[in-house]
Amino acid sequence: MKATLITGRTIKQGMVIESKDSAMYTEANAICELDPDDMKKLGISEGDTVRVSSASGEVHVRAVKSLQAPHRGIIFMPMGPWANMVTSPETDSVGMPSFKGVPAEVEPAKDKRVLTYPELLKETYGK
Amino acid sequence: METHTDVICPFCGTLCDDIEVQVEGGRIMDVLNACKLGTAKFMSMNKKHRPLKPRVRGENGFEETTVEDAVERVARMLVEAKKPLLYGWSTTECEAHSVGIELAEEVGGVIDSHSSVCHGPSVIAIQDVGYPSVTLGEVKNRADLDIYWGSNPMHAHPRHMSRYSRYPRGYFRERGQADRTVVVIDVRKTDTASIADKFLQVEPGGDYELANAFRAALNGVELPDEVAGVPKKDILQTLDIMKEAQFGILFFGVGLTMSPGKHRNIDCAIKLVADLNRYTKFSIMAMRGHYNVTGFSEVLTWQSGFPFGVDYTRGRPWYNPGETTSIDLLTRGEVDACLVIGADPGGNFPRRAVEHFARIPTATLEPHETPTTYLSDVVIPTAIAGIEVEGTAYRMDAVPLQVRRFMDPPEGVYPDREILKMILDKVREIKNGA
Amino acid sequence: MELEIKNGTVYDPLNKVDGERMDILIRDGRIVEKLKGKADETIDARGRIVMPGGIEIHSHFAGGKETAGRLFRPEDGARTTYRRLDGMRAGSGYSMPSSFTVGYLYAQMGYTMANTPAMPPLFARHTHEELCDVPILDKAAYPTYDGNWFVMRYLKEGDPGKLAACTAWFLKATKGLVVKLVNPGGTENWGWGRNAVSIDEPVIGFDVTPAEIVKGLAEANERLGLPHSIHLHPNNLGKPGNFETTLQTLELTRNVPVKNGRQSMYLTHAQFHSFGGDSWKSFESRADEVAKYINGCDHVVCDTGNVTLDETTTMTSDGPMEYFLHNLTHLKWMNKDVELETAPGITPFIYSRKNPVHSVQWAIGLELALLIEDPFKVLLATDHPNGGPFTRYPRIIAWLMSEPYRRYYIEERVHEAVQKQSSLATLDREYTFHDVAVVTRAGQARALGLSEHKGHLGVGAHADVAIYDLNPSEIDPSRDYKAVEKAFSATAYTVKDGEVVVRDGKVVASPQGRTYWANPIVDHELEREMEKDIEQYFKKYYSVNLANYPVQKSYLERGRELKIDARDVK
Repeated sequence: MKATLITGRTIKQGMVIESKDSAMYTEANAICELDPDDMKKLGISEGDTVRVSSASGEVHVRAVKSLQAPHRGIIFMPMGPWANMVTSPETDSVGMPSFKGVPAEVEPAKDKRVLTYPELLKETYGK
Repeated sequence: METHTDVICPFCGTLCDDIEVQVEGGRIMDVLNACKLGTAKFMSMNKKHRPLKPRVRGENGFEETTVEDAVERVARMLVEAKKPLLYGWSTTECEAHSVGIELAEEVGGVIDSHSSVCHGPSVIAIQDVGYPSVTLGEVKNRADLDIYWGSNPMHAHPRHMSRYSRYPRGYFRERGQADRTVVVIDVRKTDTASIADKFLQVEPGGDYELANAFRAALNGVELPDEVAGVPKKDILQTLDIMKEAQFGILFFGVGLTMSPGKHRNIDCAIKLVADLNRYTKFSIMAMRGHYNVTGFSEVLTWQSGFPFGVDYTRGRPWYNPGETTSIDLLTRGEVDACLVIGADPGGNFPRRAVEHFARIPTATLEPHETPTTYLSDVVIPTAIAGIEVEGTAYRMDAVPLQVRRFMDPPEGVYPDREILKMILDKVREIKNGA
Repeated sequence: MELEIKNGTVYDPLNKVDGERMDILIRDGRIVEKLKGKADETIDARGRIVMPGGIEIHSHFAGGKETAGRLFRPEDGARTTYRRLDGMRAGSGYSMPSSFTVGYLYAQMGYTMANTPAMPPLFARHTHEELCDVPILDKAAYPTYDGNWFVMRYLKEGDPGKLAACTAWFLKATKGLVVKLVNPGGTENWGWGRNAVSIDEPVIGFDVTPAEIVKGLAEANERLGLPHSIHLHPNNLGKPGNFETTLQTLELTRNVPVKNGRQSMYLTHAQFHSFGGDSWKSFESRADEVAKYINGCDHVVCDTGNVTLDETTTMTSDGPMEYFLHNLTHLKWMNKDVELETAPGITPFIYSRKNPVHSVQWAIGLELALLIEDPFKVLLATDHPNGGPFTRYPRIIAWLMSEPYRRYYIEERVHEAVQKQSSLATLDREYTFHDVAVVTRAGQARALGLSEHKGHLGVGAHADVAIYDLNPSEIDPSRDYKAVEKAFSATAYTVKDGEVVVRDGKVVASPQGRTYWANPIVDHELEREMEKDIEQYFKKYYSVNLANYPVQKSYLERGRELKIDARDVK
C-alpha cells in the first residue's frame, strides 16, 4: 500500500533516550503506527511485522494501531535508526532532511523479524 | 535523604525549573513535578550499566582505555582531518559550547548542532522574515488564544501546556483554562488535538497552502471551498478566533520544518502572525526540542555571528545552510572526521548520511550507549549536565537558566567542557610540535 | 610591571590638563607618581596625543536582543568577517560585530570600557555570559525598569521605600550598574499591541503613567545614591514632533535632589528625541530647542545618538517603536516581549544620505553636539548600532572638529533638506582635542559616577590609556580631517590596566576586563517586606522560579561590586 510517511517524537521514544541499550528502545521505536482501516486493508493486526520502504531503503518494524486516527494513507514511525532507513536525506539546500511527508510503501511481512539496533546497524553499515 | 528543589529539567526546551529530586546514597529515590520524559531522564541515573571508561575500536570490537589516550586519539583525528565536523551540543551546557567553538576554530572544522535537523528551517525563515515573539511568561499572563501547529506537546513537551499556555492562571487570565482557547493544526488528530477546542486536520505537505490561505483571507482574498483538506468554513472561523483574540500565540513544531516546504512553511506562518498584529497582539514561537538546542545557537551566534552550520575551514566563519550543514556534508562525503557531543546522529540521521559517518574516523562524547557510540571509533563517557554538572541552558524562548548539579559524576568521568578543553590543549600541543 | 609613557601631549579634562607635554607613569595597573625602578617598557609618545582610555556609555553590543539581531541578519555577518589570528578569535558582523570582535574593535579605537545599555533582567544571565566573551574592555550592563511590574505596583501603592528596595533588588539580581528606562509604560502597553504616546498616558492594568514611572525611579535612584542617574530613553522615540515629549520628560526630574551633584537625568540618544514637524513631510530638526533646554539647566546630561548614514540593525527595548519602524520599511521584524519587565524589538534599517529625513537625522546629532555649550553635557555615542556602528566614532570626531568636513557633507553628500530643516550649515564651532577627550571619556566617567578610577590619568586612576598618532602642534584638524579620522580609528598604543593591548593598531593581548555592578544595601526590614511581594509574584506570574532568577556571581569572571550604603532608605 502506498502511504505518506511521517516520523517524529513520541513520549515512549522520548522516555528511552537514556536507555537505548535496552529492549524498550526497540519496542518503542521499531514500530509503524497505521490507521486501523489501513491495517484492515493490509490484513494485518497489532504486532505483525510490516516492511516499510521508500526511495531511500527499507526496514522491518512492528505494526501498531494508531491512537491518533483517522489518518488513512499516513503512516507514522518514531524517530530513530529504524525510521531513518526510509527517511529521505534530501535537504532542499537548507540542511534539513525530509523526515516527514516521505512517499513510502507499507506491506505485510509477517515472517520477518524486527532487528535490534546493533543488528540493524551491522547489517546496514557493516560496522 | 537529600531533597533538591528548583531543579531544572535537562530534557526538553520547556526547561521546567520547579523539579524536586530526592537523592539517597547516589541513587535517585523520587522525582516530583517532572513529566514522564524528565522523570525517565532523572531515573536513568539509577541504571546499572553505565559505561564509565573511554573505549576505542580495536581489532575485536571496543577496548577500554584511559581518558588521556582517548583524548589524544580524538585530537589527532581532528588535526589530521582536512575538514572535520563537530556535531551535537544540544544536550550539554553552554560552557561546553564555548570550548567546542574554540576547538572548531582551532582545527578549522565545521561546527553544527541539532538545529540543522530540527528547527534549522525555522532559523532560516527568521532570517528571511523576522520573528515576532515573546517569553513564555507573557503567554501565561496574557494569552487567550494558543495555537499549536505541527507540534504535539503532549508527547514532546508534556508540561508546556500546564506551565505556560492552556492551564495556568495568569495576571490577566485569572480563570486559567476557562479564559483560553486552544487550536491545533496537524496532519493527525494527535493527543494534543484531542484536548483542543478546535482542530484543523491538514493534508500532509499542505501547511504552506493553509498558512497562505489564512493570510489571503486576512487580506481580503476569497478562498476556494477547501484548502489543503481544510474546509473554507473552518479556515474563516479560525481566522476570526485569531483576530478577535486579545493576545494570540502560535507555537509551531517540527511538523512544519520537516515537511515539504520546510523553511517556506515557517516564512508563511511568521508573515501571518506579523499581519495579525494589524488587528491584535499576536506572537509566534518555535517549540525547540532539546533542552539546550537554543543555548548553542545563542553562544555560536554571539561568538561567530551565525547560529548553526558554521564552517571555519578558511579561518573565518562561513555560514550557508545546505552547504555547511551536517546532512549535506555527510551525504556528499565532504567531511573526513566527525566529533559528536551529546547527540545521536547514528540513530537520528537518514541512512545515507550515516553511511558516510560509519566510513570516516569518528569520536563521541556521550554518557550512554547509543547507535552513535556503537558506530564510533572512540567513545568518551562524560558527566551529565543538569544532574552532575552545572551550567547555562537556554529555554525555547531564549530565557537563560543555570542548570544545577546535585549529584557527583562517577570517578574518572568528566564534564564535556573539561574533555573538550583537554582535546583543545592536545590539539595545540600537536600543532605546535609539528 | 612598570610602564612609562614619555613626552606625550596629554588631554586629561578631569585633571584640567589641556594639551600639556607630560609623562604618564604606570605601576601594577595604576597611574602612579613615581616608578619604583626602571620601566619595563618606555613608550615614546613625543608628537602623539595621550588620553585616558575611551568609555562607551551606551552601545548595544551584548545581550539577548543583540544576539537575536546577529542571528536574524546573516547578511550583516557575511558583509564583514574577521579571520582567526594569533591570540585573536574569529568573528563577523558589520553593524553587529560578534563578541570577541567587539572587544578588539573598541580597543583599537582606544576604548577601554563599554557598557551595554538595555538588559532585560530575565535575560541578565545571557548578557553576562556574553560580556565574558568581550575581551580587553571593562564592562557594565544597565537593567531595564520601564515596564517592571513591581515598580508600577509600588508607584500605585505610593510606597517609595519598597520602590527603592526593589530597584536595588533588581540591580543585585541582574548584576547591573544603572537603572535604565526605555519608553516607560509604552513597553508594558505593547503587551497588548499598544504604546504610550504621551507622558501622561495610563499604563493598561497598572494605573500609573510614564511620568510617574520616570519621576518615581529618579527619586528611588537618588535615594539609593547610585553612581549614575537614571538612564532614559523617553517615550515617542523617532516620531516627528517628539521634541515636546522630550522636553516634558526632562522637566520631570528638575527638582529631584541629588546627593553627589551630578545630573538627575541622563537622556540617551538625544538625536532620536529632537524631531520637529508633524509628519515625515514636515519633518525638521528641533535640536535647537533640546539644546536650549539642556544649556539652561544643570540636571541633564545627554548623549548624541549620531546617525552615520550606514546600513544597520536597529535594536532597542522599545518594542512598539521597532514595529512602527518595520511598518515604515517593511523589512523583517523581530519582537521579544519579556514578562513583567520590558519589550525589545529589532529591525534592520538602511540610512540613506539621499533621504531627506535620514540626512536631517545626521544633522541633528551633530547640531546637538555643537549647540550644547558644555561638552560634559553632550557625550558622543551612536546608540550602536541604532544610529550606526560604533566603528564610525572616528568619523564623527572628525565632523565635530572640522567645519569644512561638515560643509563637504552638507554640500555634496547629504540631502539638501539639511540646509532647510536644520541649522547645521550655520554652525561654525569646531571641537578641540580637549572637547573630544570630554565627549569620549571624561564626560562618560563623570556622568557614570566612576571618575575615581576611570576617565582620567591622575594618580590612582586605572592605567587605561590611549595614544593616538597625531601631533596637535603640527596638525590643523579643521583642514586635515581625514588624518584625524584615521588616527582615531587605530591607536598607536592602547594600554589597559597597565598592559599594552594594542600596538600600531593591532591587538597584541586580550586580558579579561572587569564587570562593574552596583549593590545598594537598604534597610534589612524593608528589604524583607519587599521580598515577600517578590516571592508572591514570582510564584504566580513569572515563568521561572525565584531561586533560579538571580544571576550567580560566578557569571562575572572579573566582577567589581560597588557596594553602596543605602540603609537610610526606609
